[in-house]
Amino acid sequence: MRGMTTIVKTVTRGMAGIIFLYGVYVVLHGHLTPGGGFGGGVAIGAAFVLHILANGSREAETDARKSRSALVESFGTFGFWVLAIVGLISGTVYFYNFVSKGTLFRLLSAGFLPLANIVIGAEVAGAIVVVFITLASLEIGGEK
Amino acid sequence: MLIILCGLIILMILGAFVALGAASLLSSAVLLGIIGFSLSAVFLILQAPDLAIVQIVVETLSLVIFIAVILKTTSEDATVRARARLPFLIIAGAFVVLFMLAVGWALGSMPPFGWPSLRMAGPYLTPEALPRTTGAANFVTAVVLDFRGYDTLGEATVLFTAVMGVLAVLRRIGRKH
Amino acid sequence: MIPLLLAFFLFLIGLYGTAVKRNLIKIAIGLSIMEYATFLILALIGYREGGKPPIMVKGIQEKTLVDPLPQALVLTAIVIGLATTALLLSIAVRIYHKYGTFDVNEIRKLKG
Repeated sequence: MRGMTTIVKTVTRGMAGIIFLYGVYVVLHGHLTPGGGFGGGVAIGAAFVLHILANGSREAETDARKSRSALVESFGTFGFWVLAIVGLISGTVYFYNFVSKGTLFRLLSAGFLPLANIVIGAEVAGAIVVVFITLASLEIGGEK
Repeated sequence: MLIILCGLIILMILGAFVALGAASLLSSAVLLGIIGFSLSAVFLILQAPDLAIVQIVVETLSLVIFIAVILKTTSEDATVRARARLPFLIIAGAFVVLFMLAVGWALGSMPPFGWPSLRMAGPYLTPEALPRTTGAANFVTAVVLDFRGYDTLGEATVLFTAVMGVLAVLRRIGRKH
Repeated sequence: MIPLLLAFFLFLIGLYGTAVKRNLIKIAIGLSIMEYATFLILALIGYREGGKPPIMVKGIQEKTLVDPLPQALVLTAIVIGLATTALLLSIAVRIYHKYGTFDVNEIRKLKG
């Protein structure tokens, strides 16, 4: 897929960073404001998709199975399962909330909810980027 | 408020009719985007800001994927018939009428629109009980990640499996020249 | 009750698109419309008259909050819907590369 004109590339240079920062904000404040891991993760993925769309897919044409986004997505899924299994190993129930609750309305409160939001955001962002790389670097050609 | 809600849902119904009957596939994709953004506005009216945020970003990315697929293959639908046959219309109309009657009868035995219908989780989800059990200020995140965290683990697995399915299906074509 | 009836009618339109249409992209669009109708029904069930969003803000005491349980169900379902649509569209692209058409009747006749 070809890239776009110079105006689009220049605007994307600033906008992609702002969208990424907004996604990180929504993920981190998931237990205080609306949003959470899912919406913020999709927004982070959208920032990378914007970069690929504006600059053409020549730079992003890698094998999607070995790319770094696939690694981030796998670590996100694995990390969520690790958070669940910590409770089981340490003698209490599965999915036990093992971090302290803290005071209300602070950023570091609510048990393991911020950690779970971060790993789910990583997983969803990785999934979006992998799917888009696979669909965007598709070329109409002959079948082998 | 009820009039705006019904108006937006009627807009979604009209958009769905045109999206399924259009001859150009690009128009259908754009109309699907209109339906998605109207759904986000309906979520805002129903006081659900989490859902509105997630629906807007997901709808944008879904539109991008649809249009990328349509532009790479074909953009004309060659199977639009001129008019539908009469027995099909009669059967479809009878099915629609029966279905809506059954739905109306089932909804009559539920509490009316705007009254609480789910009462099992009442003691857990009050503003006094939540700081003691979870410590979060957002009810929806607390329910998704703490009270029903097992469902979120299942959802993470389904998302991972769907992405692995996409990688497995498009394996041979996605190669650079 | 009228919004719920309209949402069920939207579900019927999506069902028509999935069952009757012959183009693969139109089938995928019908499936998406059915998913949107389901989210709409779930969000409408959880609505309370005069309710506020289910988020606690420092310093404001609210009396009635909207039910957060159906919203939690819809939140994960939206992202799963995106993944399912992406999978369905990638299968459609693969079929187009192999058969050259999106028409379901033609694909059934060609058979590799």
